[in-house]
Amino acid sequence: MAISNKPIVWGPFAVGGTLTAFVTPVLILLTLLAALGHAPDLLAYDRLHAFLGHWLVKVAVAGVVFLSLWSAAHRLRITCYDLGVRADVAVATVLYAVALAGTGAAVLYLTKF
Amino acid sequence: MAEEVNRKPYVRPITSEWIVRHPRYLRYMVREFSCLFIGGWTLLMVWGLKQLAEGPAAWSAFLECLKSPASVVFHLVALGFAAYHSYTWFNLAPKAMPLQIGDDFVPEAAVAGAHFAAWAVLTAAVLYLAGAF
Repeated sequence: MAISNKPIVWGPFAVGGTLTAFVTPVLILLTLLAALGHAPDLLAYDRLHAFLGHWLVKVAVAGVVFLSLWSAAHRLRITCYDLGVRADVAVATVLYAVALAGTGAAVLYLTKF
Repeated sequence: MAEEVNRKPYVRPITSEWIVRHPRYLRYMVREFSCLFIGGWTLLMVWGLKQLAEGPAAWSAFLECLKSPASVVFHLVALGFAAYHSYTWFNLAPKAMPLQIGDDFVPEAAVAGAHFAAWAVLTAAVLYLAGAF
């Protein structure tokens, strides 16, 4: 049987696609409210700082960041191919690296709370 | 080798013009481009985490940045793309995971509908718990 790395890159894409479908619109809505000057209570410094202080919340936020970035990176990779960019290995390397770097940065900041 | 055997090899042209050939292709691309906004917004939130970690002043500066007109426009567009991603994803759910009970498959509309209902409940719950209303 041929060995493929497809399940490894596709699995987080499918999970991330489902997760972003459920939570991303409402999360964008929260920051949109803040952008319009009606920031929800949760976005007040003290409340958000305390909320993110819990280890379970940290794990959840890191997970959401990873899955969102990974599924976006994977989808953008396929889109680049659709648009005629055939340097797939280079595109995939750059996009997955950005997703992992973003996740790494998020984890680093989360440990500071 | 191949060039010697076939003097006029067919080279398939690679274009992106196909996108506008049919509304269905355009909708497909709109769906795929949602990743730019979901990914971009997530990176914005990673920056927000950095600002929050630096203290109250940095967090206030971040909230102030969110209020810029460019940010408001980005949020509105991103919300539209994100919601379209949800809409297409939930409509695909019954095709990706056909649910069989006994001899019959659960109707596609029921599976998609359950996803939409769960999405609505979750959205309302997050808004309520975050103190948005």
